[in-house]
Amino acid sequence: MTSATASTTATTATTLVHTRTADLEVLTAGTTGPDIVFLHGVLGLEPDSIFLGALGERARVFAPLLPGFGSSPDAPTIRTMLDVTLLLLDVVEALPVSNPIIVGHCMGGMIAAEMAALAPNEIRRLALIAPLGLWLDDHQILDVFAMTPREIADAWYTNGDARGALPDLDDPRHLESVLIRNARQLGMAGKLLFPIPDRGLSSRLARAKADTVLIWGAEDRYVPPVYATAFAGLLRTSTTVIVPDTGHMVIDEHPQVVVDAIAGLFSKTAAPQ
Amino acid sequence: MKFTWFNLMPWPHLPDDFREEHRSVWVDIDSRLYDPVRGHHVYNDYLDLLEFADEVGFDGVGVNEHHQNGYGLMPSPNIMAASLARRTKNAALVVLGNSLALYNPPIRVAEEFAMLDVISGGRLVAGFPVGSSMDTNYCYGQIPALLREKYHEAHDLIIRAWTEPDPFAFNGEYTKLRYVNIWPRPVQQPHPPVHIPGGGSIETFDFCIDHTYSYSYLSFSGYRRGRTLMDGYWNAVNTRGVDDSPYRAGFAQTICVADTDAEAERLYAKHVDYFYNRCLHVPPIFADAPGYRTVKTLGAGVLSQYSSENRFDQLSWGELIEGGHVIAGSPDTVRDRMEELIKSLRVGNIYCLMHIGDMPKELCMNSTQLFADKVMPGLRDMWPEYSGDTRFWPVPMTERATPRAMTAG
Repeated sequence: MTSATASTTATTATTLVHTRTADLEVLTAGTTGPDIVFLHGVLGLEPDSIFLGALGERARVFAPLLPGFGSSPDAPTIRTMLDVTLLLLDVVEALPVSNPIIVGHCMGGMIAAEMAALAPNEIRRLALIAPLGLWLDDHQILDVFAMTPREIADAWYTNGDARGALPDLDDPRHLESVLIRNARQLGMAGKLLFPIPDRGLSSRLARAKADTVLIWGAEDRYVPPVYATAFAGLLRTSTTVIVPDTGHMVIDEHPQVVVDAIAGLFSKTAAPQ
Repeated sequence: MKFTWFNLMPWPHLPDDFREEHRSVWVDIDSRLYDPVRGHHVYNDYLDLLEFADEVGFDGVGVNEHHQNGYGLMPSPNIMAASLARRTKNAALVVLGNSLALYNPPIRVAEEFAMLDVISGGRLVAGFPVGSSMDTNYCYGQIPALLREKYHEAHDLIIRAWTEPDPFAFNGEYTKLRYVNIWPRPVQQPHPPVHIPGGGSIETFDFCIDHTYSYSYLSFSGYRRGRTLMDGYWNAVNTRGVDDSPYRAGFAQTICVADTDAEAERLYAKHVDYFYNRCLHVPPIFADAPGYRTVKTLGAGVLSQYSSENRFDQLSWGELIEGGHVIAGSPDTVRDRMEELIKSLRVGNIYCLMHIGDMPKELCMNSTQLFADKVMPGLRDMWPEYSGDTRFWPVPMTERATPRAMTAG
């Protein structure tokens, strides 16, 4: 039902994973250490991600790209939170991993949390980095679907150097490619996040049995750190690491701090207790 | 030719500094700008105009659906059409239309359209728009990438609800109903003619051809800019090998008629300016939610008419006229330009945007009367070889009830 084929280059590797519902491109990094499956956020993941490289120094990392992201084809039959969660559980099953730590950032954190809630005996170690999935009326999450690229960059990063160049939307050549990329990536993200990024996780999260670390940028303007408290209140077992002077893209701005926080899970038992 | 008098129903009291002081006319428009007491008169003036259009001989009167919108005061077009069903005599009720994915369950559309068709004696044109991204996504919370699938499922359900005589079960992805059995049923059989308002999504071409629906390009850009898209539609028609009746297509055009060209500018320019500068003031972030347009459509270079590529606010009256965004002038001028529009786009249905911006009722009546008396007659028989094509326009009951006031006592 599921299978994986790999192609390797000198610096990075790309694996194509086939499942019953979608084919996904998987970026990989690292060759030794515990297995990690990393689920990217709403802005996607580039092969040259500094965070991916840093994590690969300590672990064997597999980072599947959701349908519509990178080279992963669109998947029209993936419509709901349950579809996506089962898809990623199928991907984990297809990958050459053993009791992996599931790490998710932003939208990927929402998916990782759902996976842990749906498969509590399979997922025993979990790192949630500024995950979406909960909604507090008094602390509303920004509407990524009604923001310009500049507004997103300004809200996601505290450090201008880390965010890279923005596309010039006044240039028609860039505009069409940006619109198509947004249609594919944010179109897919919208299935989980539009119009409110809440698909009922709060009613399921207590099912999760994983040892969990919550990692948050103290200045996160997209998913404010108050959500760390909300997640901690719903999880059975969690610790929280707040990274000062950083925003939602804590993985880009302080990758080593995040990797260290994840590494705290390495010594936790992976097997069901 | 079929001429439908159409009014978007703008709020005519947006302040002079609206563009500078407010972010958007749509979605998050400042509700404090609405005054229900003034709104009472606005609605009644607009309904008066639609009824007047029936009296002076327009073939149809048109309404449409927008939400949280300062230039479209009809969240429920069916309420307006219900009023018109009683207060008009001959004009088709062109409801352009109900955004199908917004109705839960969608058989509500089948029911209400059937009611309108029965009350009016078979005068309904059923419009099935996908709906704008602002309406469907930002205002009504539909997931952009799933909207079109939901729309198509709703369409299939509605057509089955109209045409299948026995109760049936419907197990859709988005709607599940055990007993579909709408009551009443439409007068027009197998169902009212269907117009599909489109804003440029090229998938809609094939949908119209597949179902013998009329494609209606609702653009504010005018007929000269609409040519490229309509050429694409006719290419699709020809490729599919179906007939090329001009009634397969319609086009919305802003039209202002006066005694002379100069008088048209004097009378109407400020109201046109109100529309382009205040009513179309929508920030790019609300133009299209990501996933609303398909990759295929984006790849064809089709952008939202609210994108920064399609700015009208800097255009002068002369540029608006020259560009074909607005057809305005003396009856002769308007007739010549309309003939150019009709021939170049090959359209049998015109949605005449006779009211624009904050145009007062009396002024709009003047333009409407001139168009009906001095422009329409010369354009009536543009497509004589297709005069018997009734697939895209209502064929009402011949013996219809006459609404009348009952006298008490």
